Amino acid sequence: MKSKPPSRRRFLKKGIALAGLAAAPAGLALTAPPANGQTVASGTADLNSIDAVLYGHRSRFVTTVRAIEGMSHPDKMPPRPNPYRPSARTPLGESIGIITPTSLHFTTQHFYGLPDINPTEHKLMLHGLVERPLVFTVDELKRLPPVSRIHFLECVGNRPSPNGKTVADTHGRTGCSEWTGVPLSLLLKEVGLKDGAKWIIAEGSDGGKHEKSIPLSKALDDVLVAYGQNGEPVRPDHGFPLRLIVPGFEGIYNVKWLRRLKVVDQPYLTFQEHSRFLGSNPKTQPDTYDFGPTSVITYPSGTHRLPVHGVYVISGLAWSGGGAVRRVEVSTDGGKTYKEADLSGPVLPKAHTRFVLPWKWEGEEAVLQSRCTDVKGQVQPTEAEFAKYWGLTRPQLYAAIQSQLGHCNWIQPWRVNRDGQVSNGLPPIGFVADMHAG
Amino acid sequence: MDRLATDCRRLALWPTCMRVDAATLGALVLFGVVAAAQQQAPSPSGLGRAPTQAELRAWDLSIGPEGAELPPGSGTFAQGEVVFMQRGCASCHGPTGTEGPAPVLVGAKPTMSSNYFPIEYWPFAPSIWDYINRAMPYDRPGNLTANEVYAVTAFLLNRNGIIRDGDVMDANSLRNVRMPHRADYKGPSPWTPDTRRGFTIAP
Repeated sequence: MKSKPPSRRRFLKKGIALAGLAAAPAGLALTAPPANGQTVASGTADLNSIDAVLYGHRSRFVTTVRAIEGMSHPDKMPPRPNPYRPSARTPLGESIGIITPTSLHFTTQHFYGLPDINPTEHKLMLHGLVERPLVFTVDELKRLPPVSRIHFLECVGNRPSPNGKTVADTHGRTGCSEWTGVPLSLLLKEVGLKDGAKWIIAEGSDGGKHEKSIPLSKALDDVLVAYGQNGEPVRPDHGFPLRLIVPGFEGIYNVKWLRRLKVVDQPYLTFQEHSRFLGSNPKTQPDTYDFGPTSVITYPSGTHRLPVHGVYVISGLAWSGGGAVRRVEVSTDGGKTYKEADLSGPVLPKAHTRFVLPWKWEGEEAVLQSRCTDVKGQVQPTEAEFAKYWGLTRPQLYAAIQSQLGHCNWIQPWRVNRDGQVSNGLPPIGFVADMHAG
Repeated sequence: MDRLATDCRRLALWPTCMRVDAATLGALVLFGVVAAAQQQAPSPSGLGRAPTQAELRAWDLSIGPEGAELPPGSGTFAQGEVVFMQRGCASCHGPTGTEGPAPVLVGAKPTMSSNYFPIEYWPFAPSIWDYINRAMPYDRPGNLTANEVYAVTAFLLNRNGIIRDGDVMDANSLRNVRMPHRADYKGPSPWTPDTRRGFTIAP
C-alpha cells in the first residue's frame, strides 16, 4: 500500500501526450452536425479537455449546486474559527433517483472547518472496556471484509417551513449514498467487549473533536466505519478518510474524520447531548435516535413552474429511520384525498425511496403533498397533528428550534396556482427559528 | 484499559510523592500490568496493534460524567477569571459570560428556541471540563493547559453560583461538585431495532 504517487512532471508529460491524442476527436466533434436539431454546445474544449477525460465533468448546461446555509443574525456573529466553512443543503428540487451525487450531498460540520487528513497517517483507535485496545491504519481497515449499504443521512435541522421557498430550503439537509466500510460489530469483535460495555463514544478529528455517544445495541446492529461513498473514497466534507455511518439515526451520530471509538458503560453527555438526553421537554427523548417516516414532493416543488397543461409525474423522496418505506400516498387536494404512489426504484431500509404518481394538470389550483408509512407502521403526521402532540400553537411550533422538537417530519404541501407556478403551501408565519442560522 | 489509562495519568504525579510505601509498591505493580498490556494477545484478524500508553494519554480526551478520566491539575475562580479574559473566552462570551454573542454561559435558562443547554443545567460538572478542553477557545481549540481548563471551569461554576470563591477545582473536587439540576437527569432511553418513535399518528 506504499505505492509512490506519480511525480508531477511525469503526470504533466503524460497529460501533454494525451492532449495530443484528444485534439483530433475534439475537432471532429465540433464539425459534426446535431443529429436531431437540438442545441449543441459550441466550443467543446472543456468536455474534451484532459481534465474531463481523467475525471469526468457534467454538462455545462447542468448548473445545479448546493444551497449555502443562511446566516440570519449577522450582527451577532461570533468570531469564526480558521478555517471556517459554511454548511450547505442538497438541491432536492433537481434530484433524480435515490442516490445524491456526492458533490451535491448536504454538508454540515460542527462549527469548525474541514481537517485536511493524510490517509497514510490517519489512525483509528478502539479502546475502553475492551479486551485488546487496538490502533488500525486505514489500509488495515480495508483488509477486513467490507460491506456496502445505501443509506440516507439527515440533519435534525431539517423541517418543513412556511418560509422555505424551495424543497432545498425545507428538506435539503438530507442526502443518500452508497457507503462502503467495515461493520462496527466486526471491529468490536477484533477488540473483544468486556462486561459492562453499554455505549460507544465516537470522536472525530475536527477542531472541536466532535464526540457522540451511541448505544451499543445500535453499534452491534448496523453501524459502519465507512471509507467509501458512491464508489470513491469518502470526500473531505463527508469525513475523509473515515466516517461513522449510523443508519437511520440523526446526522450528528455519523461522526466524520473518525479517529477514536471508546467503549464505555454510559453515555458521556458530550456537548450537544445535554440538550437531547436532557432536553427542556421530556417528549424529545425517545426521538433522539432514529428519524420517523418522512416524505416530500421534489417535483413539482417550490419555485418550479409547470409550463403547459398536460401530463406530469409527481415525484418525490420518502425515507424512515425505522426501516424501509412501506407506502407513500400523494394528494393533489391538500390532503382531502390520497392516492397510493408507485415506489419506482430500490426500496431499501433507511434509504431514500423514490415515489412517483402520474398526474394530468388542466390548469386548476392544486395543493400537492405526500404521506409516508414505514415498515413499523409509523405514519408521517401533518403539521397540525405534530403541533397537537407537542401541545404547541402554530407560532410556538416554528419558534422552537428543530432539535428541541425531535424530528420535524410533518407533511410539506406545495401549492400550484392557475398559471402553473409552484410555491410553499404552508400558510405564512412571522418567525421561524433555525438551528443553522448564524 | 480505561482504569489503566486513568491510573497512568495519575502516575505522572508520583515522583512528587515517591516514598517506599504501599502506594508506591502498588504503582510499581501497575507498571508491570501496563507493560503486559503492550504484549496483549493478537486480534482475531491479526490486524491492528496495541496503542502505547503515550497514545492513550494523548488521544483519550473523553471525560465521563463521573470524571474518572480527569487529569492532574487544578484551578480556582480567581485564576479562571484571568484565563477567561486573557485566553479569548471573554471576546466571544463577554467579560462576565453573559454578554455574548457566543452562547450565554452564566444565568441562562433552557428554552425551546435554543440549541444550547446552559451549563448550570448540565447534570455533571466534569462534562464542562471535557468540552472546554476539547473545543475551546473556538478559534484555537485544544490550546488550554489542564490547569487553565480547571480554572475556567471553576470560574464558570462560581459565576453560576455552584461553588464558592475559594474552592479549588481538581480531579477530585470537580467530580464531587453537586450540580443543582442533577436530579433531573434520568439517563437516556434504551434503543433496540424495534424501538418506535416517541409518537406516531394512527393511519
